Amino acid sequence: MPPARRNIVFWIFGGGFIGSLISFLYPVVRFLNPPAVSEASVNEVVGGKGQDLAPNAGKIVKFGTQPVLLIRLGQTEWRAFSAVCTHLSCIVQYDAPRKLIWCACHNGQYDLSGKVIAGPPPAPLKEYAVHLRGEDVVISRS
Amino acid sequence: MLPIQPSPRRKAIAAWFQDRLAWDSVREFIAHKTVPVHSGTIWYAFGGITLFLFVIQVVTGILLLVYYRPTPSEAYESVQFIVTRVAFGWLIRSIHIWSANLLILSAFVHMISVAFLHAYRKPRELVWLSGIVLLALALGFGFSGYLLPWNTISFFATKVGTDMATFIPWMGSTVGRYLRGGDAVGGATLTRFFGFHVAVLPALTSLFLLFHLGLVQKFGISTPPWVEKRSRGAGTRPPQMPFFPDFFLHELMVWYGALALLGILAAVFPWELGQKADAFASAPAGIRPEWYFLAPFYTLKLIPGHVAGMEGEVVGLLGFGLLAFWWAALPFWGARPDGTVRSKLVTGGAVAFLAYLSTFSLLGYLR
Repeated sequence: MPPARRNIVFWIFGGGFIGSLISFLYPVVRFLNPPAVSEASVNEVVGGKGQDLAPNAGKIVKFGTQPVLLIRLGQTEWRAFSAVCTHLSCIVQYDAPRKLIWCACHNGQYDLSGKVIAGPPPAPLKEYAVHLRGEDVVISRS
Repeated sequence: MLPIQPSPRRKAIAAWFQDRLAWDSVREFIAHKTVPVHSGTIWYAFGGITLFLFVIQVVTGILLLVYYRPTPSEAYESVQFIVTRVAFGWLIRSIHIWSANLLILSAFVHMISVAFLHAYRKPRELVWLSGIVLLALALGFGFSGYLLPWNTISFFATKVGTDMATFIPWMGSTVGRYLRGGDAVGGATLTRFFGFHVAVLPALTSLFLLFHLGLVQKFGISTPPWVEKRSRGAGTRPPQMPFFPDFFLHELMVWYGALALLGILAAVFPWELGQKADAFASAPAGIRPEWYFLAPFYTLKLIPGHVAGMEGEVVGLLGFGLLAFWWAALPFWGARPDGTVRSKLVTGGAVAFLAYLSTFSLLGYLR
């Protein structure tokens, strides 16, 4: 077969082979890509009863699918922040003796307004609004 | 004493197989296979130890599969069932984890010894590269298997590890979603990691292992350049020992030694299960990854939030990527085009690489 015709056959068969490979792989790649799951938007949650959390203590509260750190600073002063560390997504905790928010994974530290004061986190923690409704502590998007 | 003659019946059976398998070529190959003898011959054993531990991983992994259930509500409980109720379940699980740790250590020692013995040079570049891929796959086994008991430490290790992937430029969020099976670590991540651990990684490892071992058979075991030089000076061939039975019996003894060590570790220090993972609990104080991820873990602790206008995680990821690329490319910068090795450069680079890994691993463990 002359080289020119051989090249044409090579490209037709080679292209067909690659095309068929792509057509096999495309559904596999799409299959492995998880579908986006729409979740009901949560705007506020009850974080428990006021008397359940002592002053200078914190706890993790479910805010839809996200963890939120609720902190009681004094008798009437409450704060809430996203509990997901902005560094590598570990869940932070309230460090009562040092009065700061601490991530145990890479020693990230935030002050009580959510700002980074030490360690590798690149951004502050998102703050949530907290108010009391009767005995309930209500956390809402600020 | 006269040699033992095989009976006519045995001869007939051997001939039957010979006609169908043509195994005399294999016997011929094994009979002529040799291993260089010099002061560093002991280091050749580590490739074999790694292979032996891989076989142990396959066997104990299959046994664990009989009881393990890969869902968030059942994974932890099924492992608890294995270690508390199933006969020898604690031993099988402990051997699986200790063997995984020893395998990574052994593969690492094998890699470092190959660098110091300059066995990566022409024509063995692809042996080195396939070995690097196998080590990466072993780390992948470690990372994916770590999540399977669904305990606190494994949950956070996976959170951090998959979050690191999201900092890959341009495609990070897609890679993160592929790895996690969603936006966060959860049940979908567990089933994915289970799939990687028991199907995808074993298939890839088998392919690369065949390629790696095939090339080792093709090119034989490398003789270090200084042994070759010494022999050339003396006008002799580098000293060799037959692979079978001499080296094979040495290797067998080392395997038994590894098995004994494994048995002691698994029995005296059974691996703890820890607490069940809770997606809504803070990371516990003192949390740290497995020893082979301690160096990057401690490095990430030190990198500030922003470096030269870039996020610290991106800088960290780029740094690890460049370091891994530099090390994987050793055959190309460690040897000159004429095939001679840049001995001082390679030794210096390997020592610096080891110094970084050991110092940062130690600091990561202590702090």
